[in-house]
Amino acid sequence: MSEALVQRDIPDAPAPGESYLTAETGLASWLLTTDHKRIALLYMAAITIFFFLGGAAAVAMRIELFTPQADLLSDDAYNRAFTFHGVVMVWFFLLPSIPNILGNFLLPLMIGAKDLAFPRLNLLSWYIFIIAGTLAIYTLLAGGVDTGWTFYTPLSTAFANGHVLAAAGAVFIAGFSTIATAVNFITTVHLLRAPGMRWFRLPLFVWAIYATSIVMVLATPVLAMVLLLIFAERAFDIPIFDPLRGGDPILFQHLFWFYSHPAVYIMVLPSFGVISELVACYARRRVFGYSFMVYAILWIALVGFLVWGHHMFVSGQSMLANLAFSFLSFVVAVPSAIKVFNWTATLYRGQIVFDAPMIYALGFIGLFTIGGLTGLFLASIPVDVHVTDTYFVVAHFHYIMVGGAVSALYGGLAFWWPKITGRLYPEGWARFGAVMMFFGFSFTFFPMFVMGFLGMPRRYHVYVPEFQVWHVLASAGAVVLAAAYLLPMGYFAWSLVWGRRAPANPWEATGLEWQTASPPPVENFVTPPVVTQAPYGYHPEDAGPPALDRAAHRPQGHQP
Amino acid sequence: MSDAAMPGAALRKPWRSLRRQREAAGFGLWVFLGSEVMFFACALTGYAVYRTLWSEDFAAAARETNVVYGTLNTAILLTSSLTMAAAAEGARAGLRRLTLACLAATIAFGLAFLVVKGFEYREDIEKHLVPGPGFALEAAAAQVFFAFYWLLTGVHALHMSIGLGVTGTLLWQAWRRRRPLRSPAFEAAGLYWHFVDIVWIFLYPLLYLAGRS
Amino acid sequence: MTGLGEAAPAGAMAIWRRLLPVWAALLALLGATLALAYAPLGRFSLVVALGIAVAKALLVVLLFMQLRKPDPLLRLTAFASLLFVAFMLILTFADVLTRAAPTQAGTVLPRSGPDLPAMGRRAF
Repeated sequence: MSEALVQRDIPDAPAPGESYLTAETGLASWLLTTDHKRIALLYMAAITIFFFLGGAAAVAMRIELFTPQADLLSDDAYNRAFTFHGVVMVWFFLLPSIPNILGNFLLPLMIGAKDLAFPRLNLLSWYIFIIAGTLAIYTLLAGGVDTGWTFYTPLSTAFANGHVLAAAGAVFIAGFSTIATAVNFITTVHLLRAPGMRWFRLPLFVWAIYATSIVMVLATPVLAMVLLLIFAERAFDIPIFDPLRGGDPILFQHLFWFYSHPAVYIMVLPSFGVISELVACYARRRVFGYSFMVYAILWIALVGFLVWGHHMFVSGQSMLANLAFSFLSFVVAVPSAIKVFNWTATLYRGQIVFDAPMIYALGFIGLFTIGGLTGLFLASIPVDVHVTDTYFVVAHFHYIMVGGAVSALYGGLAFWWPKITGRLYPEGWARFGAVMMFFGFSFTFFPMFVMGFLGMPRRYHVYVPEFQVWHVLASAGAVVLAAAYLLPMGYFAWSLVWGRRAPANPWEATGLEWQTASPPPVENFVTPPVVTQAPYGYHPEDAGPPALDRAAHRPQGHQP
Repeated sequence: MSDAAMPGAALRKPWRSLRRQREAAGFGLWVFLGSEVMFFACALTGYAVYRTLWSEDFAAAARETNVVYGTLNTAILLTSSLTMAAAAEGARAGLRRLTLACLAATIAFGLAFLVVKGFEYREDIEKHLVPGPGFALEAAAAQVFFAFYWLLTGVHALHMSIGLGVTGTLLWQAWRRRRPLRSPAFEAAGLYWHFVDIVWIFLYPLLYLAGRS
Repeated sequence: MTGLGEAAPAGAMAIWRRLLPVWAALLALLGATLALAYAPLGRFSLVVALGIAVAKALLVVLLFMQLRKPDPLLRLTAFASLLFVAFMLILTFADVLTRAAPTQAGTVLPRSGPDLPAMGRRAF
C-alpha cells in the first residue's frame, strides 16, 4: 500500500463539513457530547468492557467444567460465576449492544436526520447505563450473587446469600437507560424522517430498531416493578411472594417472564435488521418480500408478549395455561420462519460475495435456524418436560443470543466500520475471524444439545464422568470462540492506525448512511437528503437481478 | 404570538421548527407514559391475583385504611390536576401571570397531598399496619394487602415528588424568565402530572374503598 | 401561530371556563364512588368502583391531557399500552384461575424432611 494511495482524494466524498471524530478534541468533548455518533462510540467502549467481564465468567465456568470434579470453583463460586455471566451478558451486553451502538450511530443517518430527537436525553441514558454498570461491577467485587440471572423467589428473597439487592438495583437502574433510549428512538423514527422517507421506504434495520424500542418501552418497566417487589420483600421482609404467608412464587415467574421473554426479542430483533442489510448488500439483491419482512418484525414484537409461559411448563402452572402458551409459542415461530425464508430467497440468483460481513450473516442464518427449530422442541410440552433445566435449553438460547445476536453485532460492526471510523480493516483477517466464529460457536454449543438431551442438568459444577467428552468438546470450542471474539478487536484497532481510508461508500451499498462522507460530518449530511425511492435499489425493481457481467469484486472496498 | 419575540430560544438542535419540536416533546412523553402504565400494571396484576385468591382477607384489610385521608387526598390531587392543566394552557397562550400562579398552586396542592399522606402513614404505623411481626390483623393475607398498600402508595408518592421537582424547576425558570413560555416543557410536565393523578384515581378505589359495604 | 393547529383559548377566563366544569365533574364522580362504596352491591361494588375510576381517568386524559385533539398518533400511543396490560392480566389469570389444587397459592404441603439449618451468612 503506497503512501500516495492513502493520501489520494476520494472523489465521491463531499468536501465540506468536518468529520465528527475530529471536529472537537479532548476528553470533555467526548464525555459531554450530545452527538449521537459519539455517544454510540461511548456505548461501544462501555459495552466492550462488560463483554470482557461476562466473558471472563464464562471462561471460569468452561475451565471448571473441563473435568467432572470441582477443580477451580466451589459450588457457591460456580453459582456466582454463572449468575454474573447471565446478568452482565443479558443486561449490559446483549440488550444494549446493537441498539445502542449501531442503532445510535445509524438510526439518524439512515432516516436522514441530524440527530436523535432528544440528544441530551441520549447522553443522560449513557450515564445511567454507566451508573448501573458500576453497581453491577460492585456486586461482583463485593462477592457476587448466587440466584441465577432470573432472581427466582423464594430463593432470592429468603435464602440467597449473595448481594441480591445490589444486583437487582443495577438491573433496575439499567432499565431507565433502556427506556430513555427507546423513547428517543421511537420519537426519532416518527418525527425526524427526511422528506420522502415514507414508512415503507425505511431500511429494515430502522424497522427492527423501531420494533425493538416498542418492546423495550412496554416490557422493561414490568421488570423494574418485579425487581422492586423482590427488593421490598428481601430488604423489608414484607410478604409478596412468600408462600408461607399467602404469596405465590409462580406469580413472580409470570411477571418476570412477561419482561424476560420479550427481552429475548429485544436481543434478536435488531440482529434481524442488521442481517437484512448485509444479505441485500452482499447478494446485490433487493430484499425479497420487503413488506412481509416489516410485518414479520411487528408480528414478532406483538406476539412475543404472549408466549412467556413456555418458561414455566414445569413450575406448577395450570395445564390450560401450558397449552395456551405452547400454542402461542408455535405461532411466534411463523414470522421468524418468514424472515429466514425471505433471506434465503434474497440470496437466490444474487451475486453473492463472501466478504466478512456476509460470512457473519450466513452464519447467523444457519445458527438462528438451529436455535429457532430447537425452540419449537422446547415449545412442545412433552419434550420440554423432558429437557427442562438441561444443557439442551442452554444450547438453545445460546444459539439465538450468541450465535444469532453476537454474530449480527460483529457482522454489523464490520459492515459499518468504514462508516464509523473512516478506515478499512484487513479483509483476509476479517474473513478468517468470521469463519472461526462460526466453527468455534458450533463446537462450543452443539455438544450441549447432545448432553442436554442425554440428561446433563444445567447449573451444576460437578457431573457424572459420562458427560466429560461433551464438556471437553465444548470447552475446547470455547477457546476457538474466544479467539474469534478477540481477533476483530485486534484488526479493528489495527485499522484505526494503519487501515486504508474508506471512501463514502466502500461496499457500493444503498441507504442514506452511505451517501455522506466516511466518517460522517457532525451534522450528518452537508445537504439535507431527500428520498425518492424504496430501499435496497440494487437493481431495477422490474428488471430482476443484476446481470452476470457485474464489475469484478474488490474486497478492500472500492478504489478509484 | 411570542414566537416572533424569541424564535431561537426554545428551538433546540435536531429540529427545524418549533411546532415539530413541541409535537416531539408531547409524543415522547406519551410513549414514556405508556411505559409507566406497564410499570404500575405489573404491581396491579399482582394485587388483582391476590385479591382474587384472598378476597375476604383483602376486604378485611382494606377496611383498616383511613378513607377520610384517602378521599381528601383524591380531591386534592384532582384539584392539582385542574391547576396544572390551566398552567399548561396558560403557558401555551403566553399568559405569564396565570401560568406562574397555577404552577405555584399545583406545587401547593402536591405538597398538601404529601403532608396528608404523611399523617396517614403515621396513623398506619401507630395502628401496627406494617407487615411483619406484631401486625395488627389476624387474617393471613391481610399482610399481603398491606404490602401492596405500602408499595403502591410509596411508589406513587415517589412519582409525586419527582413531579413536584419538575414543576418547581419550571416555576423557577419561568419566574426568572430563563425558559420561554412557548417551551414544550410545560405541556410535557402537565402530561406527567396528570398521569400520576390517574394512577391515584385507580389506587383510591382499590386500596380505600374495598370491603366498605 | 398556534402550536398544534388547534385554536388555543385566548385568555385566562376562556381557559377556566373550559377546565372548571371538568373539575366539577371529577369531584362529583369522587363523591359518587365514595357513596356507592358503602352501598350493598355485593360483587358489583368493585365493578362500579372501577367503572367510575375509568370515567374519571377518561375525563383527565381527554380534557386535561388534550387527547381530544384529532391526532391519531397520540391516541394510538396513549391506548396502546392498555392492550399489553390486557395481555398480562388475561394470560396470568388463565393460569391462576385454573391451577390444580396442590400448586395453588396458599397450599403448603407437609414437609417430607426435617428443616435444614440455614447455610452461610446473609449479606445482601
